[in-house]
Amino acid sequence: MDYSQFGAMLPELIILGLFLIVFLFDTFCGEGQKKMLTPFTTILFGLATVAIWLIPSSGEAIFGGMYVDDTACKAMKAILNIGVFIVFLQSAKWTESDEVAIRKGEFYELILVTLFGMYLMISARHFLLFIIGLESASLPLAALVAFNKKHYESHEAAVKYILTAVFSSAILMAGLSYIYALSGGSLYFGDIAEAIASGSRSGLLIVGLAFLIAGIGFKLSLVPFHLWTADVYQGAPTAITSYLSVVSKGAAAYAFFIIFVQVFGAVYSDLWEWMMYAVIILTITVGNLFAMRQKNMKRFMAFSSISQAGYIMLGVMAGNFGLASMMFYIFVYIVSNLGAFAVISAIENKTGKLSMDDYDGLHKTNPWLSFAMTLAMFSLAGIPPFAGFFSKILIFTSVTSTGSMALYMLVLIALINTIISLYYYLLVVKAIWIKPGDAKVEAFRSSTGERIAIWLCVAGIVFFGLVPYIYDYCYDAVKTAYGLLI
Amino acid sequence: MDLSMLWYLVPSVIMFTAGVFGFITRRNMIAMLISLELILNSADLNFVIFNRFLFPGQMEGMIFTLFAIAIAAAETAVAIAIIINIYRSLGNTDINSAKEMRH
Repeated sequence: MDYSQFGAMLPELIILGLFLIVFLFDTFCGEGQKKMLTPFTTILFGLATVAIWLIPSSGEAIFGGMYVDDTACKAMKAILNIGVFIVFLQSAKWTESDEVAIRKGEFYELILVTLFGMYLMISARHFLLFIIGLESASLPLAALVAFNKKHYESHEAAVKYILTAVFSSAILMAGLSYIYALSGGSLYFGDIAEAIASGSRSGLLIVGLAFLIAGIGFKLSLVPFHLWTADVYQGAPTAITSYLSVVSKGAAAYAFFIIFVQVFGAVYSDLWEWMMYAVIILTITVGNLFAMRQKNMKRFMAFSSISQAGYIMLGVMAGNFGLASMMFYIFVYIVSNLGAFAVISAIENKTGKLSMDDYDGLHKTNPWLSFAMTLAMFSLAGIPPFAGFFSKILIFTSVTSTGSMALYMLVLIALINTIISLYYYLLVVKAIWIKPGDAKVEAFRSSTGERIAIWLCVAGIVFFGLVPYIYDYCYDAVKTAYGLLI
Repeated sequence: MDLSMLWYLVPSVIMFTAGVFGFITRRNMIAMLISLELILNSADLNFVIFNRFLFPGQMEGMIFTLFAIAIAAAETAVAIAIIINIYRSLGNTDINSAKEMRH
C-alpha cells in the first residue's frame, strides 16, 4: 500500500491532529493551565480554518476512489469550519461555567470528532466510508446532547436523539442492502451509478431509495422524520443546539446531494423526483406552521430550522447549479442562525431566560443584542438587502432554471411559505422593539467570545449578499469539480 | 441439500418487520434498543446473503457487515449509557415517563 496517499487527505489530517493536540493538552496540563484550554483550542481552530480555506484541494481520488477531495468538497469543509469556529466562540462563556468547566475538554474533543466524521461523509465515494463518517458524526453528538449532567431535560433529549438516530441508521443500512443487491457487487458510488443506469426500475430499488431518503432525512429533520427535532433542540445545551442546527445539517445536506444526484441521478425523474417533491413541500409547510405556536426560543428555532432544511433541499432538484446555490444557502444559514443562537445563548448564560415573552422590550436594556437578533431574523426570513434574501433568490433561480412546470409550482409554494415565515420571525422582532412594558432582562455586557461571534455573524449577514465573492467561490468550486452547471 | 436465496431472505425480512414493530409498540427503552438491534442485524444478514448468492467472487458485502457490527456495538454502548442516566433520574426506563418536554 502506498502510504503517501494520506497526504491527499489534508483537511482530515488537520482536524485529526488538532483533536490529538487538544486531547493531550486536556489530559496532561496542570490545574493552573486548565483555563487556557478554551482560548488555546479556539485560536488553534481558527488557524486550522484559515489553513483549510487556503490550501488548494488535491483533487485526487485515493484508496481506489473511496475518498475524493475535490474543490467542491473542500469548499464545503471550509464553510462548515466557519460554523464550528463561531460555535466555539459563542460557547466559550458556557464552557467556563462551574458545571461544565471541569470537563470542557470533552466538549471540544467530541465536537472535533464529529467534525471529522462530517468531513468523511462529504468526501466519501464509497458507501462503507460514508456510513462510518455518518456514525462518527452522529454518535458523539448524542453524548454532547447529554452534556448537561445535572439537568434532566438534557438526558431526555439525549435518549430521544440516540433512539431515533440509531433507528434512522438501521433503516439506512437496510435500504443500502437492497441497493447492494442491484449494484453488481460493489459499493462504490460510480459502480452503483452505472449498474442503476443500465438496470431495471425494480420494486427493490424503489424501497431502497425510500429507505435512503428516510435514513438521511432523519439527520436533516425533513418532515415525516422530524419528530425528534424540537425535543432534542430544547433539551440540549444551547451550544450543542446551535451546532446541531447548522453544521450537522449542512454536512448531511451536501452528502444527500452527492448520493442522490451522482449515484441515483439516472432514475431521478422516474423514481425519486416525486418523493423529494412531497418531502420538500411537507418540510417547508409543517415547519412553518408549527413554528408559529412556539413560546420557547430553542423550540422556535428548531421548527424554523426544519423549514429552512426544506429550502436547502430545493437545491437537490436542480443539478450542479443547485449544489452551488445550496452551498451558498448553507453558508448564509450558518451566519444567520448562529447569530440568533449567539444572542439566545448570551441571554441564557446571563439570566437563564429562554421564553419569547422574556424578550419583551429588550431594546431598552440591550440595544446591541436586539440589533443583532433583528438582523438575524430578517436574514432568516429573507428580507432584502440581507444575505438571506440573496440565498433564497439563488436557490429559487436554480430550481426554476430547470424549466420544469412542476418545479415552478414547487418554487411558488416555497415563496408562499416565505411570506408565512415572515409572520413568526417578526413576532420576535415585535417582542423586542414594539411590545410595551419594562424590559425583563436587565442590561448586561456579554463576554468577549460572544461579542466576537455576534459581530462576525452580523458582518456575514450584511455583506454576504452584497459581496459576490462568496457566491463566486461556491460556483467556481462546483464548476471545477463537476463541470458544466445545470 | 441446496437452499435457494429465498430461504435466507425470509428470516431477514421477518427480523426487520419484528424490529420495526417492536420499536413502535414497546415502551421500555431497553426493549426498543433490542428491536433496533434486530433491524441492524437484518440489514447485515441481507448484505451477507446478497454477497454469498449474487456476487460470490467479491467480498464487499462481508466487509461491510464486519464494520456494521462494530458500529452497532458502539451505538448500543452509547444508548445504554444514556438510558442508565435516565434510570438514575426517573427510577424506570419507560419511554412514556420521559415526557417533560411536550407542547
